[in-house]
Amino acid sequence: MSKPVIATASLAGCFGCHMSLLDIDERILGLIDLVEFNKSPIDDIKTFTKPVDVGLIEGGCCNSENVEVLRSFRKNCKVLVSVGECAIMGGLPAMRNGIPIRECLEEAYLNSPSVDPEDRTIPNDEDLPIILDKVYPCHEVVKIDHFLPGCPPSADLIWEAVTALVEGRPLQLTYDLIKFD
Amino acid sequence: MAQEKDIVLRYPKDPSALLDVVRDVQNRLGHVSEEAVSRIAAHLKLSEAEVRGAVTFYHFFSLTPRGASTVYLNDSITSRMKGRTAVARAFEEEAGCRFGEVSPDGKVGLFPTSCIGMNDQEPSAIVDGVVFIKLSPDRARAIVRGLRAGTPASGQVTEFGDGANQSTLVRAMVSNNIRKRGPVLFGPHEPGAAVRKAVSMTPEQVIDEVKKAGLLGRGGAGFPTGLKWEFCRREKAPERYVVCNADEGEPGTFKDRVVLTELPGLLFEGMAVAGYAVGAQTGILYLRSEYAYLRARLEAVLAGLRKEGILGKNIAGSPGFHFDIVIKSGAGAYICGEESALLESAEGKRGEPRDRPPFPVQAGYLDRPTTVNNVETLATAARIVVEGAAWFKAMGTPKSAGTKLLSVSGDCARPGVYEVEYGLSIAELLDMAGAPEAKAVQVGGPSGTCVSKAGYQRKICFSDLPTGGSVIVFGPDRDIFEVVENFMEFFIEESCGWCTPCRAGNVLLKKKFEKVAQGKGTEGDLRDLEAWGKLVKATSRCGLGQTSPNPILTTMQNFPELYEARIQKGRDFVPEFDLAAAIQEGCAAANRQPACKEADHE
Repeated sequence: MSKPVIATASLAGCFGCHMSLLDIDERILGLIDLVEFNKSPIDDIKTFTKPVDVGLIEGGCCNSENVEVLRSFRKNCKVLVSVGECAIMGGLPAMRNGIPIRECLEEAYLNSPSVDPEDRTIPNDEDLPIILDKVYPCHEVVKIDHFLPGCPPSADLIWEAVTALVEGRPLQLTYDLIKFD
Repeated sequence: MAQEKDIVLRYPKDPSALLDVVRDVQNRLGHVSEEAVSRIAAHLKLSEAEVRGAVTFYHFFSLTPRGASTVYLNDSITSRMKGRTAVARAFEEEAGCRFGEVSPDGKVGLFPTSCIGMNDQEPSAIVDGVVFIKLSPDRARAIVRGLRAGTPASGQVTEFGDGANQSTLVRAMVSNNIRKRGPVLFGPHEPGAAVRKAVSMTPEQVIDEVKKAGLLGRGGAGFPTGLKWEFCRREKAPERYVVCNADEGEPGTFKDRVVLTELPGLLFEGMAVAGYAVGAQTGILYLRSEYAYLRARLEAVLAGLRKEGILGKNIAGSPGFHFDIVIKSGAGAYICGEESALLESAEGKRGEPRDRPPFPVQAGYLDRPTTVNNVETLATAARIVVEGAAWFKAMGTPKSAGTKLLSVSGDCARPGVYEVEYGLSIAELLDMAGAPEAKAVQVGGPSGTCVSKAGYQRKICFSDLPTGGSVIVFGPDRDIFEVVENFMEFFIEESCGWCTPCRAGNVLLKKKFEKVAQGKGTEGDLRDLEAWGKLVKATSRCGLGQTSPNPILTTMQNFPELYEARIQKGRDFVPEFDLAAAIQEGCAAANRQPACKEADHE
């Protein structure tokens, strides 16, 4: 029987949740026995090559590419999980949500003292993703099946959730796993 | 600026003077400037953050100018039902600015505010402390023109309301609208009789009489008043306090305003009786800022009672019983109706609720044992002492004795105050108020229950439909979703922000509710609303968060068909997100053509 397949992506996040996934120490060897990775920065597979059982999403959506990736995950994954504060609530990137995007762009590319005075343009190459008016949590864009809280969620929390999902156990996040203070 | 300095230096170097100084500065300068913040902080030995924290906490204080004259237009649902939108537009057009702003000439500022206790005469506004009722767009324009031409708001009051609203010390347009006078509060009362009767008994006997009468707190929570007094009396302390909660802020309640207008003597007697019972020498009337127009008269009534020996030293001929009352003002904050938040505010701080225990009866005002009672409760207690427990107990239902003042407003022919016996059904009340076609009745304000026709046989009493007094009637054409949205906005505005479930949860609840209201909801969204609502209620520390999801939860329960009709059945998920709209601003800023292939991802 083939192993369950996992895919991961980091959208508007800091890769901290992926680091936390790697922080499962020697259990990573067990994980490799247990599952196969498909599209993920961990194995650098860029596109989906087969149906995926569990998709793990780090980060919210701050630009059009994030939305595209998230939607493709929803299409290709049976179960989709928001991992960490940014995916669930927008997190730090969402601190810009109170400021109109034009002001953000003008501050960064036109008015900031570090901008080259000869080159004051807001990036407009058509290959660049288009920035969204604000940062959206994943569940406002696609249906999300599970949420793993934390910034980042601890390695133990991710381990418990991922193994439960691939083994078909109900997700039981005990108090010590989701207590952060 | 020397002006700030002059004002600040008049006050004692005592942190508890904070709100008084801030109010003075706000009233004289129209805002609390940076200069004022530094001076107040230095004078009272507080940090600037503490001063700023207090200023920004209350509706009627501001760090930025609010105009030479300031209009606070009530934003309650009833105000909207009675034509607020057109009135607001008239104010904006005449002033030349939007709500939340000051006119370009600096003469008029326009600001929305939560219910100001005039729900039976909406739309209403407070302009420089003067209450204007039943506003029309024409009147709104005339007010602004008058202010610009130099006629103060007080000079624009043309007609006065009924009863004591006409007194020279009030002269308000406000009407009492007393529709039904019951035997308890509006029964015949000989001034001074309650205090004289009380001092002829022992304090224990007074407490016992109130306990036997079965008097439960009239503010809404329904705690037994006698028991509260007994707990307070039992605490060993050199000083105890009686605090009267005159901060009725629940949208739709205004019955305490009528008691304060028509029966202040009875209320003050009730406070003195409570003082005698618990062993306190000082009473504090915490008067909501919206009712500041009554203050001069209340002070005059107090002076009169002192002259008659009902307040002061050795009162009512009882050597050794001293009791007097001071008035403290709020500054616009619903949460200050919660007793521990009220105490914080009375001590001159931000009105944030305290942790309990200790309860106020153990450590209340200035950490002394304090009994905090509602206006109506204290006035009722005075009557019980005179007429006896048996008289009182004979009215109402076995578990909800006596009568209750109801503030009825909304779509009915006879809005106003009704003193009714507990046990009255909603149908009977609607009959009295003249609302045969009511589609829904909000009992107990936003924090209470929205009752549908199926529940009109339910009774107003503590075991069925408890209420602090607010009853808002919605006619057949009203949109219940608009009502719910207004109530949720109110709670978001009024949350003190301490507990995350209340601060963030109410915002998330409203967002989710709006998704459903816009027809983008699913059954999953309804499940979320219910689960999140329960979570906010269970994990907030005071009554605000413990009841704020009620507009959503009680309408889901009593009007399930409305929700069923709005959701998309059979669909697992409907996104609120719209990519084309979300990229519009970014494209415009970067001068790019939107090139999103939305269809590719579906």
